[in-house]
Amino acid sequence: MKKLFALGLTAVLGLGAGAVQAAEGVAIPAHQWSFSGLFGTFDRAQLQRGFQVHREVCASCHSIEFISFRNLIDLGYTPDEIKALAAEYTVMDGPNDDGDMFERPAIPADRYPLAFPNEQAARAANNGAYPPDLSLMAKARKGGPDYSYALLIGYPEEPPADVELMDGMYYNDYFPGHQIAMPAPLFEGLVEYADGTPATVEQMAEDVTAFMMWTAEPNLETRKSMGVTVILFLLVLTGILYAVKKKIWSDLH
Amino acid sequence: MSGLQLKNPVLRWIEYRLPIFSFLDHSLGSSYPSPRNLSYWWNFGSLAGLVLVIMIVTGIVLAMQYTPHVDYAFASVQRIDRDVNFGWLIRDIHMNGASFFFIVVYIHVFRGLYYGSYKAPRELLWMLGLVILLLMMATAFMGYVLPWGQMSFWGATVITNFFTAIPFVGDEVTTWLLGGPTVDNATLNRFFSLHYLFPFLIVGVVILHIWALHRFGSNNPLGIDTKGPQDSIPFHPYYTVKDLFGVGVFLIFFSLVIFYFPDALGEPDNYIEANPLSTPAHIVPEWYFLPFYAILRAVTFDFLWIIDAKLGGVILMFASIMILFFLPWLDRSPVRSAAFRPTYKWFFWILVLDCFVLGWVGANAPDAVFYGVSFVIIGQVATAYYFAHFLVILPLLGIFERPRALPASISEPVLSGGGLPAGAAAKPMEKA
Repeated sequence: MKKLFALGLTAVLGLGAGAVQAAEGVAIPAHQWSFSGLFGTFDRAQLQRGFQVHREVCASCHSIEFISFRNLIDLGYTPDEIKALAAEYTVMDGPNDDGDMFERPAIPADRYPLAFPNEQAARAANNGAYPPDLSLMAKARKGGPDYSYALLIGYPEEPPADVELMDGMYYNDYFPGHQIAMPAPLFEGLVEYADGTPATVEQMAEDVTAFMMWTAEPNLETRKSMGVTVILFLLVLTGILYAVKKKIWSDLH
Repeated sequence: MSGLQLKNPVLRWIEYRLPIFSFLDHSLGSSYPSPRNLSYWWNFGSLAGLVLVIMIVTGIVLAMQYTPHVDYAFASVQRIDRDVNFGWLIRDIHMNGASFFFIVVYIHVFRGLYYGSYKAPRELLWMLGLVILLLMMATAFMGYVLPWGQMSFWGATVITNFFTAIPFVGDEVTTWLLGGPTVDNATLNRFFSLHYLFPFLIVGVVILHIWALHRFGSNNPLGIDTKGPQDSIPFHPYYTVKDLFGVGVFLIFFSLVIFYFPDALGEPDNYIEANPLSTPAHIVPEWYFLPFYAILRAVTFDFLWIIDAKLGGVILMFASIMILFFLPWLDRSPVRSAAFRPTYKWFFWILVLDCFVLGWVGANAPDAVFYGVSFVIIGQVATAYYFAHFLVILPLLGIFERPRALPASISEPVLSGGGLPAGAAAKPMEKA
């Protein structure tokens, strides 16, 4: 602990130049999203595809701890579909009247089950690496969804010749330091989309990133649409106030 | 000024026993004379008051849903964002409200610097404003810790570490402030408690600030005193409506950020829960602290045996605000407004630029390099200039600057419709 504090402080005070190696990635290419811009909205079909990618690919290692099954209503599923989906998972409940914990099928009010019970278990299963929770990933990195998308498609066939990868690490074009513990998670045809969309790496990466934007900010659409109303109202109000100000001040000049 | 005439018998009954209506009338109403020439730069005082109210109201509502515990704080903020009705909106307003509070207050302060609003007889008004600024900084810092993200935790760790620089008792004082050896649950709890308390201290000092303001009234763009009724207009309705229009404009900008760029002023790292075992690559404070952060880091050498680089940085950082308390006596020029101070005007804008440079330095890693110049060097030059402005340039300007002629009265240039300064009737400024 003490050492960490000292490290942080020296870095901050500029006493130990280079104490914290700045691991800047390369520039993140901008991507056009359905939710970009002032009037952007989520594409429900895309969110459902993204959820499918998450469920079938990411969820084995990455949790989405802040998402409950009931939240999936935003993705366009019906309550019955959500009930059926939740019932596929079992969750621990209890204690019951006998004081015992018991397992039962999940209901829509339950949180989406965690990939690992705790960080230690996650590290033990992943060669010491900790797969981060994805609930807020789209907001927790510089570049946001553009970064996630770039990272997911940023695995070259072969790492550059001059790079010596550490044990159990993989080369990524966009990950800071370029050495990432996650192997390329997506490859052509990994999932079979229910709506028949061809499952290219780019398609899956875009879909699951859109899904992660939704998990990070389920209220994004409300926010943007409310903004239009509020700002239009304020423009009118301010215009009126300006006219009133003009009128009142007119007897001074 | 004419007294308040109440027609409603109920109001008259109350007024007789508690003269609150005439008090309001004298404070913000038609019985409060204000200079007739206040520009839109004078809107930022009322805007700061508005933001303070917005922050207190949203903060009280957020406190109803927030859990100040290291295990639950981060999740409780997520619950506010996701499950509390309009919780995301209230949090966006509060979070960005802090930034807008500083934007508004910094403009308010620089307006005071430009127009010499700190000069006699408004020295105490100015100093009370600085007390508000200091309280705001403490409040903002503690508030930023509450969501318990990575920057919350590491920012708190770095800032509270300043106190270890205090000679002899540094470690003890720091432990006492944190409630333990490190930033932990005890720290979070007391920060929450104090974050709730400090805004009300600010309200108290704001009352004193306004009280001192009403003693002599607002300064004005010409920086000369009102010389009679022709120079002033009643605050209400003229400035109430002008302030309201300013509120409208302000809310448009505020809403643009709240609804379209709610996270633009924050750090992505704060969407990662605090982890004492993982240090972020760059620990940076919120943007409004960046210039001070640059001054803190500018000291990379020991002064004497007892003042090492760390303590030196801390002293300089606090001095950067403390020096403003002495501004009324450092600036010896008898002319208030920079409109009549041809040299000071230039140095004012250089100071503004210098503060932006300091902010830019604060945002960059100290070992980073800008066109071959390390940010440490840029930060040191900018810091030296900041202090030189107040300690060298201002006192010298008071002696050597030749101010332009002041107009005879406020009403003269306003009523004659001419620009500044009013030509023929202007009486030459005698050199003090």
